[in-house]
Amino acid sequence: MATKKKTIRNIPQERTPMRERDPKERAKNFEEVACGYGLEDALRESERCMLCPDEPCIAGCPVGINIPGFIQKISENKFRDAYDILTDTNLLPSICGRVCPQENQCEGVCTVGDSLEPVAIGRLERFVGDTAIKEGWINIPYIEPNRHRVGIVGSGPAGMACAADMAKAGCDVTVYEAFHQPGGVLRYGIPDFRLPNEVIDAEINNLKKLGVKFECNTLVGRLFTIEQMIDEMGYHAVFVGVGAGYPTMLGIPGDSLNGVLSANELLTRCNLMRAKDFPDFDTPMPPARHVAVVGAGNTAMDAMRVSLRLGAENVYCIYRRSRKEAPARAEEIHHAEQEGIQFNWLTNPVSVLDDGKGNVRGMRCIRMELGEPDDSGRRRPVPIAGSEFDFETDLIVYAIGTNANPIMGQTSKLKLNKWGYIGTDEQLATSVAGVFAGGDIVTGAATVIEAMGAGRKAARSMKAYLGIRDPGLPYVGVGGPGTLFGIDIKEKNFARVRIA
Amino acid sequence: MVYRMSSFEIIKREDFSDVTYLLEVRHPMMAKAAKPGQFVIVMLNEHGERIPLTIADFDRKEGTITLVIQAVGKTTKEMQRECRVGTSLYAMVGPMGIPSPISHAKKVVCVGGGLGVAPVYPQARAFKEAGAYVIGVLGFRNKGLVFWEDKFRACCDEFIVCTDDGSAGIKGLVTEGIKLAISKHADIDEVIAIGPPIMMKGCAETTRPHAIKTMVSLNPVMVDGTGMCGGCRVKLGDQVKFACVDGPDFDGHLVDFDDLMTRLRRYTKAERIALERWEANCRMQQQIDAASASLGVSASTVKA
Ligand SMILES: Cc1cc2nc3c(=O)[nH]c(=O)nc-3n(C[C@H](O)[C@H](O)[C@H](O)COP(=O)(O)OP(=O)(O)OC[C@H]3O[C@@H](n4cnc5c(N)ncnc54)[C@H](O)[C@@H]3O)c2cc1C
Ligand SMILES: Cc1cc2nc3c(=O)[nH]c(=O)nc-3n(C[C@H](O)[C@H](O)[C@H](O)COP(=O)(O)OP(=O)(O)OC[C@H]3O[C@@H](n4cnc5c(N)ncnc54)[C@H](O)[C@@H]3O)c2cc1C
Ligand code: SF4
Ligand code: SF4
Ligand code: FES
Repeated sequence: MATKKKTIRNIPQERTPMRERDPKERAKNFEEVACGYGLEDALRESERCMLCPDEPCIAGCPVGINIPGFIQKISENKFRDAYDILTDTNLLPSICGRVCPQENQCEGVCTVGDSLEPVAIGRLERFVGDTAIKEGWINIPYIEPNRHRVGIVGSGPAGMACAADMAKAGCDVTVYEAFHQPGGVLRYGIPDFRLPNEVIDAEINNLKKLGVKFECNTLVGRLFTIEQMIDEMGYHAVFVGVGAGYPTMLGIPGDSLNGVLSANELLTRCNLMRAKDFPDFDTPMPPARHVAVVGAGNTAMDAMRVSLRLGAENVYCIYRRSRKEAPARAEEIHHAEQEGIQFNWLTNPVSVLDDGKGNVRGMRCIRMELGEPDDSGRRRPVPIAGSEFDFETDLIVYAIGTNANPIMGQTSKLKLNKWGYIGTDEQLATSVAGVFAGGDIVTGAATVIEAMGAGRKAARSMKAYLGIRDPGLPYVGVGGPGTLFGIDIKEKNFARVRIA
Repeated sequence: MVYRMSSFEIIKREDFSDVTYLLEVRHPMMAKAAKPGQFVIVMLNEHGERIPLTIADFDRKEGTITLVIQAVGKTTKEMQRECRVGTSLYAMVGPMGIPSPISHAKKVVCVGGGLGVAPVYPQARAFKEAGAYVIGVLGFRNKGLVFWEDKFRACCDEFIVCTDDGSAGIKGLVTEGIKLAISKHADIDEVIAIGPPIMMKGCAETTRPHAIKTMVSLNPVMVDGTGMCGGCRVKLGDQVKFACVDGPDFDGHLVDFDDLMTRLRRYTKAERIALERWEANCRMQQQIDAASASLGVSASTVKA
C-alpha cells in the first residue's frame, strides 16, 4: 500500500461524529446514549492519526497503549491485529473506550489536537473492543499451571486486571466479591446508559475462560481475614482492590433528613438492585420530582441523569466552582446539558430545609465567586455575602467524593496511610508480606484505567515475589555468570506463555 | 449469572407464631467466623431486596447460621411463604458489622423486646461464658408470642418475662423488668437492649439516671452493608456513624433515636406498594390454583 505522509492538512479535518440517541428520547430510558462507531466511521477516523514519530498520546495514556499501532491496524482493516495490540496493555478496551476521561489523558496530548479536534482514540478503542465481543475474540494464551494460588479481594477493574495477569501466568486465581455480582463500580456505579451490563458480563466471562474463579457474597475481613488467606487458606499471594467507597456527607444542617442520600446509594439502588424496575424488583427508590445533586464529577453526572430517567421533572446541579473546574468527563457534562440538567455553577449549599415531618422540602444555597488560587492551583471559590437563595426540592444527592472503606483497616494488620487508605511501596506491596494492593483503595478515587493499570502493576510485583518469570518483560542484565539461557538459575520457576 | 460462596440451603425451619419464624441456613465458613452482635444481608431471589438480619445463633459444628425473622413487609412475608427446608436463598453475605464487645462486666442485664429476643441471645450466652452474672429480661405482647424461654433459662442466672397484657410473667414493658432488676441489684455494670427503636429508647432512658452503661443494636435501612452507600447512617451526639461498619452496636445514651425512627420511615410508601402488589398476586395465584383444581387442569395451563 502506497502510504503518503500524513500532515495536518491532508487528514480528514473534522472529527468523525459518533451517533447518539436523541436527548429527549434517551432521557426517559436506560438505553446506551452513545451508539459507537460503525465500520465506515472507524476507518475514516483512523485516517486522522498522523502516526507521529514521538507518539505523545502513548505517554498520555496511564497504561501506555500503543495507540498509533492499533489505529494503523484499523486503517488497514486488520481489526483482529488492532485488538491484539490493545489487549497487550489494556484488558478492557470496550470499557475504557467508553469511560476514560480521554480529554485529560491520551486525546489531551494528541498532536492533531493542537490545531484540530484530536483523534477520537477512545471511540476507536471502543470500536475494536466491541468488535471483539461481537466476534467472540479472546486471547487465551497457552497457560502452564504452576503451584501458586492467588486470592483477589474485590472485583472492580483493579481486581479484574490483576486476576487476568495472574491467571495467564499460570496461577490458580479466585476473586472474592462482597456484592452478589462482580464488577465493582462498573456494575453498581456507572449506569447502563453509559456502560451496558452486557459489556461487563463479556469481560467477566473472558476472565472465567482464563480459569479465574469468582466467589461473590464474600465479605473479606469479616468472613475471613487477609491474614487467614495467607496463613490458613493456602494463598501464596493476595491482591486487595476493594475500592474507596465510604461516601462523604456535607455536614450542613439537615443532612440526615429523609430525602438526603449519597450518590452511591442512589446509583446502587438503581443499577445493581434495579430499583428502576420497581415494583418488578423489590428495592425501592425515593420518589422525587425535583432533585438537587451536589458535585460535578462523573458520579454527580450519573446521579443526575439517572434521576432524570427515573422521572424527575427538574434536576439541578449544584457546584461551588465553575464549569471549567468540573472534574467530570467533558462528554458527560455535554450529555447532561443536552438532556436538560439545570446547572448552577459557583453555588454552594448552606442548609437543607425540612418540611417539619423529617423530610426534605428544599435547599438553601449561596452564590460564589472565584478568588485567589489555592494549593491545587485552582481559583478558590468564596461566598458572595447576602446572596443566599432557597429553592424547592424533594431529593438531595451528595456526590462530593468518598473516603477509604474502613473494613480492611479494622480487620487486618495492613498499614494505612494518614488518610486511611492502604499504604504501599512503589511496587504496590503492602506492609504484610505477600499482600499487594491497588486501585482506589490505595490512591483514593481515580479512574477505571488507572485502577486497571494498578492491578497489572501489582501483578508484576506478585510474579516477582512468587518467583514467576514474566516472559513479556525483557530481562536486562540477566545473562552473566550464574545464568542459563538468559535465565537466572536461582529462579524457582517461570511461566511459559505463548499465544495458542 | 450466579456466583456463590455456598448454596445457602435452608436446613431447618421453625414457626414461633404466625408472624415469627426461624431459619437455619448452611454456611460452614460463616458459622466459623460469626460472633455475637453481627448480622447478615440476605436476598431471597434475584429480584429481591437486600435485607439485614441479625445472626441469632450459629453452630460451628453443624456449620449453620440461625436467623429469626418477623414478617413485617413484602420480603419478610415472601420469605415466610417460600423458605422451606431444602430450598435455598439467592444470597447471604456476612458476618457483617463489628462483633458486640463482650466486656469484663460482672453483672449484666440482657434485654430483648419482641424480635430483639433472638439477637440478644448470643450476647447473653457469651457473657455467661465469660463468667458474668446474667439477668435476662424478655418482652412480648402476650403469652402466645413467647419463644426461646428454655434457651435463655439455660444461660441466665435470673430471668424475667414481661408481657403487655400480663398473660405471662410480669405485666408491662421491658422497662419494668429493667427497673425490677435495678431495684434488686445495685451493682449492675451493663445493660444490653435489642428491639424496636422505641423500646431501646425507653431502655436507655430507664438506665440513664442510674448511669449504667447501655448498649443498643441499631437497625437502620441498609443496602450494601459494607460502608459504601451511607444509607445506614445514624446520629450519635453530634457525630454521624454508619451502622453497618461502625456498628451496629452503639452507646444507647448517645443515640438519637428520633432521628433513627424518622429515617426508618423513608420508604414507607414504596414498601406498602410492594406488599400490596405481592399480596394481590398471591391472591390471584390462589384463585387460579383453586379454579384449576376444580376444573381438573394444571395451573400452568391456565396461566399460559
Ligand atoms: C458513579 C461513578 C462513576 C464513575 N465514572 C467514571 C468514568 O466515567 N471514568 C473513569 O475512568 N472512572 C470513573 N469512576 C471511577 C472508577 O470507577 C473507579 O476509580 C474504579 O472503579 C476503581 O476501581 P477499583 O477496582 O479500585 O475499585 P471498585 O471499582 O470500587 O471495586 C471494588 C470492589 O471491591 C468490593 N469490595 C469492597 N470491600 C470488599 C471486601 N471487604 N471483600 C470483598 N469485596 C469487597 C466492592 O464491592 C467492589 O465491587 C466512576 C466512579 C463512580 C462511583
Ligand atoms: C442490623 C439489622 C439487623 C436486623 N435483624 C433483624 C432480625 O434478626 N430479624 C428481623 O425480623 N428483622 C431484622 N432487621 C429488620 C429487617 O431488616 C427488616 O424487617 C426488613 O428489612 C423488612 O423488609 P420487608 O421487605 O419485609 O419490609 P418492608 O416492606 O421493607 O418494611 C416493612 C416495615 O418494616 C420497617 N423496616 C424496614 N426496614 C427496616 C429495618 N432495616 N429495620 C427495622 N425495620 C424496618 C419499615 O419501616 C416498615 O414499617 C434487622 C435490621 C438491621 C439493620
Ligand atoms: S485506555 Fe483510556 S487513556 Fe488509554 S488510550 Fe484508551 S481511552 Fe486513552
Ligand atoms: S498523537 Fe494523535 S495523531 Fe499522533 S500518533 Fe497519537 S493519536 Fe495519532
Ligand atoms: S448499608 Fe450502605 S453504608 Fe451501611
